[in-house]
Amino acid sequence: MEYKLTFKEFNDALKKDKLLGLKCHDCGKFTCPPKMACQECGSTNLDIVELSGTGKIVTFTVSYVPSEGREPEVPYTVVMVELDEGPWLMGNLTDIDPNNATMEIVGRKVKLGPRSKVLPGDAYSIGAKEAEGGFARPTFVFGQGSKS
Amino acid sequence: MRKVAIIGVGHTPFTFAAEKSCVELFSEAAMDAINESNLRAGDIQAMFIGNVLGDFSEGQLMVQSYCADDIGAFHIPSTRFEGGCASSALAIRDAFIWVASGFYDTVLAGGVETAAKMGTPLATRTFAMGHDSHYEYPAGLTFPGLFAMLAHLYSSKYNVPLEKLKKQMALVSVQSHQYGLHNHLGQFHKEISVDDVLKSFMVCSPLQLYDCCPFSDGAAMVVLASEEKAKELTDKPVYIIGVGQSSSGKLSSQKDYLPRIAAREVSAKQSYTMAGIQPQDVDLCELHDCFSIASIIAAESLGFAEFGKGGELWENGEAAIGGQIPINISGGLKSKGHPIGATGASQVYEIVHQMRGQVEPERQVEGVNIGLTDTLGGDGVVCDLVLQKGW
Repeated sequence: MEYKLTFKEFNDALKKDKLLGLKCHDCGKFTCPPKMACQECGSTNLDIVELSGTGKIVTFTVSYVPSEGREPEVPYTVVMVELDEGPWLMGNLTDIDPNNATMEIVGRKVKLGPRSKVLPGDAYSIGAKEAEGGFARPTFVFGQGSKS
Repeated sequence: MRKVAIIGVGHTPFTFAAEKSCVELFSEAAMDAINESNLRAGDIQAMFIGNVLGDFSEGQLMVQSYCADDIGAFHIPSTRFEGGCASSALAIRDAFIWVASGFYDTVLAGGVETAAKMGTPLATRTFAMGHDSHYEYPAGLTFPGLFAMLAHLYSSKYNVPLEKLKKQMALVSVQSHQYGLHNHLGQFHKEISVDDVLKSFMVCSPLQLYDCCPFSDGAAMVVLASEEKAKELTDKPVYIIGVGQSSSGKLSSQKDYLPRIAAREVSAKQSYTMAGIQPQDVDLCELHDCFSIASIIAAESLGFAEFGKGGELWENGEAAIGGQIPINISGGLKSKGHPIGATGASQVYEIVHQMRGQVEPERQVEGVNIGLTDTLGGDGVVCDLVLQKGW
């Protein structure tokens, strides 16, 4: 059975700030990031759709200890965003000084920012042809209705 | 299904960067387990070994095969299990199933890891391979990062102010170091205070250094035998009376349950049901405290506390010796150390030694009849084992 929405297609779209997901014909719910089967009901009866890229922060962390090769990035803010369509998506929050990221940001509205960042591959992902040009990182900024 | 017993156990010291190879560490733990079982290596019919990163730390794949040969268990089937930090628990569960089925009578299971050898940057990178490499690692997810996000989520979901939660988390680490001080096989022998935890450097907010287990090297192995065989070889068999195992997808896919780990609840239920016990029947628990918040989350899903109230176990001394459910009296991953491929087997070793009355007097739990191990790998591979004293 052919994969409906591959990483390559998702990744290439995200690099153009377009967030793709899947809508289930059977239960009507959304899956993002994409999978073979619906995250909610396991059906493979899925359609590719463009998602709004808006949602709210459900949790976060500021990372100070990097993986090998990512030393220049620290500190950085990782957020888990509940998209308006329902799925959770992990990404980065870029319009806050990481040192100022506190529990106050939980619940705040965000939107997929312009110019999603890209993580270049490293020695361990050298075979990942599907990620040619790097791995897009969903990059969020505070959105409408978000108190600053 | 036949009854299956643990008849011998072995455990190297857990350390910072070891000057021994995976094969050497394995062989030391394996020979101790085999000798204690009154067997010879040639009596072992099959081996099940957890090892996660031998290829990165030592450039060694196929370690399971070299391990079997190294101890003189020539040409036996030997299989490597990779389930992240739960690898050796998975290996023991599979070994149990093979013996229970009647296919084998006497097998060796456990695990070995040399992660500290890699140093923090490479170890952090390779551990992060346990996350979704395409959809979540790019954002900068690391293992402390995952549990850091669960800590913030726990605080908001259960309405526990972060300051209060952080103090509860610190108490988890303090207790682990308190008991770990006396564990001669452990990596740290140092008491710490709540203040020490809260003043240690920030790793991934809100987790500070002393909320986090170390990178460690070491091995732990156990010999499993059928009930009939066990009775020939030992008068102190420890029976495996319940097993559970479950898996999960990437962290974001677990949205409906977090900060609870659904896989843990599935696995724990399997093991309790099979054993015919309830959480209150457990006398001693070794659970997966890779980070302080992980202990609180695990204790709740294992049925030892209400959701949102797990931290009170440590606040009120209920996780200590003499409390409602003694947890991680070995010092846990935090103080004893966490050589990931060996951790599940190390937890089993601890329960067996506690039942036999063989641990240091300062941390001996009296009257342990039923013990539980809970081991978590990656974003949500969980294995739970229920052990019962057989004498």
